[in-house]
Amino acid sequence: MADIISFKLNGKPTQLKVDGERPLLWVLRADLGLTGTKYGCGEGHCGCCTVLVEKVAYRSCLMPVRSVRDKDVVTIEGLEQDGKLHPVQKAFMEHDALQCGFCIPGQVLNAVSLLNRNPQPTRAQIIQGMNNNFCRCGAHTRILDAIQSAALEMKGGPAK
Amino acid sequence: MNANDYLALNFKDIKDFSDLYPQNRREFLKRLGGGIIICVALGEFLAQAQEAGRARGFGRGLPSDFNAFLHIGEDGRVTGFTGKIEMGQGPITSLPQMLAEELDTPLDTVEMVMGDTALCPWDMGTFGSMTTRMFGPAMQAMAAEAKAVLLELAAAALKIPQTQLTARDGVIFDKENPEHRMTYGQLTAGKKIERHIEGKPPLKESSTFTIVGKPLLHRDGRAKVTGTAHYAGDIRLPGMLYAKILRPPAHDAKLKSVDTAPAKKIPGVQVVQDDELIAVLHELPDVADDALDRIKAEFDVPEARVDDKNIFAHLLSAAPPANVLTSGGDLEAGRKLAAKTIETTYLNSYVAHAAMETHTAIAQIEGDKATVWASTQNPFGAQGEIAQALGLPVKNVRIITPFVGGGFGGKTYNQQAVEAARLAKIIGKPVQVMWSREEEFFFDTFRPAAIVKISSGVDAAGKMVFWDYDVYYAGERGAQQFYTVPNHRTSGHGRGWQGAEHPFHTGAWRAPGNNTNTFARESQIDQMAAAAGIDPVEFRLNNLSDDKMIRVLKTAAETFGWTPAKAPSQRGYGVACGIDAGTYVAAIAEVAVDTKTGAVQIKRVACAQDMGLAVNPEGAKIQMEGCITMGMGYALTEEVHFKGRKVLDTNFDSYEIPRFAWVPKIETVILEAHDKPPQGGGEPAIVVMGAVIANAIHDATGARLCQLPMTPERVKAAIQVV
Repeated sequence: MADIISFKLNGKPTQLKVDGERPLLWVLRADLGLTGTKYGCGEGHCGCCTVLVEKVAYRSCLMPVRSVRDKDVVTIEGLEQDGKLHPVQKAFMEHDALQCGFCIPGQVLNAVSLLNRNPQPTRAQIIQGMNNNFCRCGAHTRILDAIQSAALEMKGGPAK
Repeated sequence: MNANDYLALNFKDIKDFSDLYPQNRREFLKRLGGGIIICVALGEFLAQAQEAGRARGFGRGLPSDFNAFLHIGEDGRVTGFTGKIEMGQGPITSLPQMLAEELDTPLDTVEMVMGDTALCPWDMGTFGSMTTRMFGPAMQAMAAEAKAVLLELAAAALKIPQTQLTARDGVIFDKENPEHRMTYGQLTAGKKIERHIEGKPPLKESSTFTIVGKPLLHRDGRAKVTGTAHYAGDIRLPGMLYAKILRPPAHDAKLKSVDTAPAKKIPGVQVVQDDELIAVLHELPDVADDALDRIKAEFDVPEARVDDKNIFAHLLSAAPPANVLTSGGDLEAGRKLAAKTIETTYLNSYVAHAAMETHTAIAQIEGDKATVWASTQNPFGAQGEIAQALGLPVKNVRIITPFVGGGFGGKTYNQQAVEAARLAKIIGKPVQVMWSREEEFFFDTFRPAAIVKISSGVDAAGKMVFWDYDVYYAGERGAQQFYTVPNHRTSGHGRGWQGAEHPFHTGAWRAPGNNTNTFARESQIDQMAAAAGIDPVEFRLNNLSDDKMIRVLKTAAETFGWTPAKAPSQRGYGVACGIDAGTYVAAIAEVAVDTKTGAVQIKRVACAQDMGLAVNPEGAKIQMEGCITMGMGYALTEEVHFKGRKVLDTNFDSYEIPRFAWVPKIETVILEAHDKPPQGGGEPAIVVMGAVIANAIHDATGARLCQLPMTPERVKAAIQVV
């Protein structure tokens, strides 16, 4: 049951001939070789598979690929622009907000989505917005700090 | 050369892995091209630790010639080779720091090749917080020897006596005339020098360090924030298939019947049945998953005898006899001196490792050789397990360990790698096995359920007079108490963290044994302090004579801003101390307890530790923060639910791990101890988390929690009986 699905992937027009019911996660990882998007639980609990669709974070493990038809999809591989890291990526590095790194693509993209919606979040809003992304190593406090400083850099003003 | 070049060189050029096996490693050294190679027989540095690992059944003996080496290429770049692996704990940063320090070369010229059984020296595995304290000294010795060689070369080339030369930032120069200089690259170009260290070369004084002891960011940060860091599941090989394996519903279930025909109807699906191993394979992982769902299988599941409620009674009834670990004084005499005696039984449930990356491997078989990329803490163990499963000589199996997405002790066994290798051999194509989260929970080697019974007493002056301690099933790590109590006995029941009495496999879980033992000991100490009507920090200080622990505890108290009060003070403050992997740690927490629901929120944690020299203090602090955060899980929610040998938790919906909303304000302090050898850093701070929270809950409410995890139901029940 092959469907033709066209969408924008990391800025590039992309056309796939795939079964539209297949999860976006596995299409990205296996068909397209974009392995930065991770499998963590397969049920949408952990957020390791987070991608941006129209700038909003979605769990690709639960998303049939047909649902991104004509949409703009960004994976962790597409966040860097012209060799320049996104401020959130940069802040994660500067705050050493990672250990094993497996959850980090999902954390970064979820944070980008959070800042897209709310450019000046309070600490409590960051916690609320990140609460469904899991990290087992315990990098949480640094991830929160990184998001706060990325917000500052992107907006040039302190969060209220 | 950089680290990737070594891997690439090997993929393309090396047809026979036996060239790389230690007996033939000289062949490998030849292939490295020019430069300086320093080899060390780790006997001097590691024998004790590695022998301990061998005794635990982790592997074979030490290679007899040399088993660690360092290469300085003709471009002056330095590569260290280690069988240790990077799973977030930071050796990819701290080991190069140690090399660069002794070599006097810029840190960015140093790289590591890690966890590749063909390239790296045999290693028993990455666990026990041993990488820095056990392997670091060998790295330093190789670097010191390399620098000695470079000085010899420079003396000859510049015609200046060695005593007049000095090294800095990858350059050797005349102290009196600094323009007489040569870079390491210039010195190694066109050379081919191999040295074997005899004895221990002199090392730098720690007071002169300029790289070690400096806080550094993780060197793998950029790869990890851009998604380019490769884990085992990210390796792609031509023609590879993804496998999904039929699993029983419970560990002792027997397959009655199976019908794989519906799975075979999916185009491209292949089914493999090899003894107990039944798998479906497809070039797309989700299609393989669909195929697995179509297999109709019936199992006989024996009647469940134990479950998560009656497990403790079962374990106690089956408990092996006591093995006395230490004793002193006279317990009966001590009992008579006690003004207050406290007897308590402490319990903790099975706990899962739950690394975000599930067990994953991809195997490729070519002729009689196997190459397997595996998420493992124990690549040489995997090599042996796969060799045995495939009937190949060990030297024909190569394990490559990419980044590991968390281990915590859970990736020391390599079932998934063996499964991938068996299937690759049968199917004749590379095969990836990536466990689902459900498989991960099912096959995890859980931290064992355990019991500690303590009877102890305190006299009218607030001094501990006796201590009678029995630990069942947790293991002995951390069981030894460190207070000054004249009459004492500490006994262990069961062989460490494994035992046939458990309904499923159990294993090492971050600081194995010590989480259980420290929870029990430090809760009991608090109970005695409360019984004596003495502030719990003061009570500990009154009963400690170990200066290191006293300093650590006082530092934690100062950092927190502790003011003395008898518990329960209703402030919600708790304290706990512990020793793990050579490191001393003390933590103080503040909690808020919702007495209606029993929910506990940890507001802040101050933690101090003395870990000797902290090679990368920033990395060490991150590990402390990670320990504190992860430790909240086993303290508050983490508990494996099961019925018989069926694991009821299959995902994160019922098994709750710490989340952002839980995270307290964390303050960490590493005590200055630059002149002392480095100790463990990845585990110690987690051991105090059970007791520090239990003691804080008691301080807030007067309720004493003696069972982990301290779920809202248990907290509520404990409050109701205060």
